[in-house]
Amino acid sequence: MTGPSDSQPRQKIARQIVLPWKKSLAMAITSLRIRFFRSLITTFSLVLAIAFLCFTLSNAAIARELFRMHGDVALPLLTQAGYTIDPTGQNILTGPKELWLMFLSLLVCTVGIVNAQLMSVTERFREIGIMKCLGALDRIILRLFLLEALFLGILGAGFGAVLGMIAAWCSSVFHFDTLSYTHMNLLPLLNQAARAWAMGVGLSILGVLYPAILAAKMQPVIVMKEEY
Amino acid sequence: MDTNTHHIIRVVGVTKTFALGKLPVQVLKGVDLNVATGEYLSIMGPSGSGKSTLFNIIGGLDKPTSGRVFIDEVDISQLDAYELAWLRNRKIGYIFQTFNLIPVMTALENVTLPMIFAGMHSDHAVDKGRQLLDLVGLGERFQHKPSELSGGQQQRVAIARALANDPAIILADEPTGNLDSSTGGEIIGLLQQMSEERAVTIISATHDFKMLSVSDRVVWILDGRIDKIENRDELNISLGTIQERHASAPR
Repeated sequence: MTGPSDSQPRQKIARQIVLPWKKSLAMAITSLRIRFFRSLITTFSLVLAIAFLCFTLSNAAIARELFRMHGDVALPLLTQAGYTIDPTGQNILTGPKELWLMFLSLLVCTVGIVNAQLMSVTERFREIGIMKCLGALDRIILRLFLLEALFLGILGAGFGAVLGMIAAWCSSVFHFDTLSYTHMNLLPLLNQAARAWAMGVGLSILGVLYPAILAAKMQPVIVMKEEY
Repeated sequence: MDTNTHHIIRVVGVTKTFALGKLPVQVLKGVDLNVATGEYLSIMGPSGSGKSTLFNIIGGLDKPTSGRVFIDEVDISQLDAYELAWLRNRKIGYIFQTFNLIPVMTALENVTLPMIFAGMHSDHAVDKGRQLLDLVGLGERFQHKPSELSGGQQQRVAIARALANDPAIILADEPTGNLDSSTGGEIIGLLQQMSEERAVTIISATHDFKMLSVSDRVVWILDGRIDKIENRDELNISLGTIQERHASAPR
């Protein structure tokens, strides 16, 4: 066990290896830009899954608004479209089938992200090894990968959420064309889109966690091992 | 301690055993070695002699199975991850056979990265990086990516990067292995110049006989042990026989 006198020089050394946030951000962005297509592929499953999630959530939000505005007039239309009224008769719920689909699509998406990120880490073993030879700490490598995933999440999930929202709007205008949309409150819709977005960012970071830890724990000697 | 005999590196009874499948293979069988500050040392030996393993252990990239390695009288097998990172960052500069520049960064960014890790202010790091690239003769090409540079130029960038934090030791693993003879000669000349002007201790693992003539000492490794250590004056006499032996060795 290390006493206070023991741990003091250690902490001093820990603070001596740094990568400022500004520099970390710049490196993460450069890395994403240079590996643009690779990043695109990593994000693609996220965009699709979040678009689907947002589509389902937005549909429900629109349905609730239509129910609130038109009441019983909208009810047969909504029931026909697969929505169920909750026991209190106050609210419209998404069907259990949709919930299952949503869950499955998110699961598949997360597995896809883990897979793509593992691939990307393997491609960059050498680069990571070099950084470690130059003195990079585990947490610096971890931070770079997490930052990249954060950007991918913000952009990919943002794009997916907008896509899903637009699709939901078009679909509901098409399906419930007899109802008026004039006094509709858009706030619940945006709220659902924001939820889908946040979910996407979360999944992107969750998906990179294992690959990034793998990269951070890598021994620098791997750079020398190439010729064996 | 007498400054004349100050040893920047002391290797004491180092052994290394790898588990090759279920079979343990002892690659190093007890190596003792002292390296004086500012010395230019070459480690020679055939493939599989344990040369690279010894080299990695000295550089803190690998841990010995038993024995100790002291760098500046600090036992590096006792260091934790933070201290090892610090050692790699400040005390040791690495040069590799395959150059190992970060492909997505420019020459200047590659050189400044160790300084950024060391906490140097970005502007100072850029200034120093430009100076170092000037020093290795690449002042004009600082914004080129590694893929836009020749092998010799990439190795020059790697040398500039190795010098970034004014390390006490430069470890060069076959620095001329991927270069043609004349480019290799230039790189060796540059390393020698750095060793003389900056009093950096240079340790290189090599197959290149041009390296020997600039070395202060040559350590021959054979079957995981030090076969012999030759000083430069002994070396000049025996160089003819070395080359003969090399020429007649089965390839």
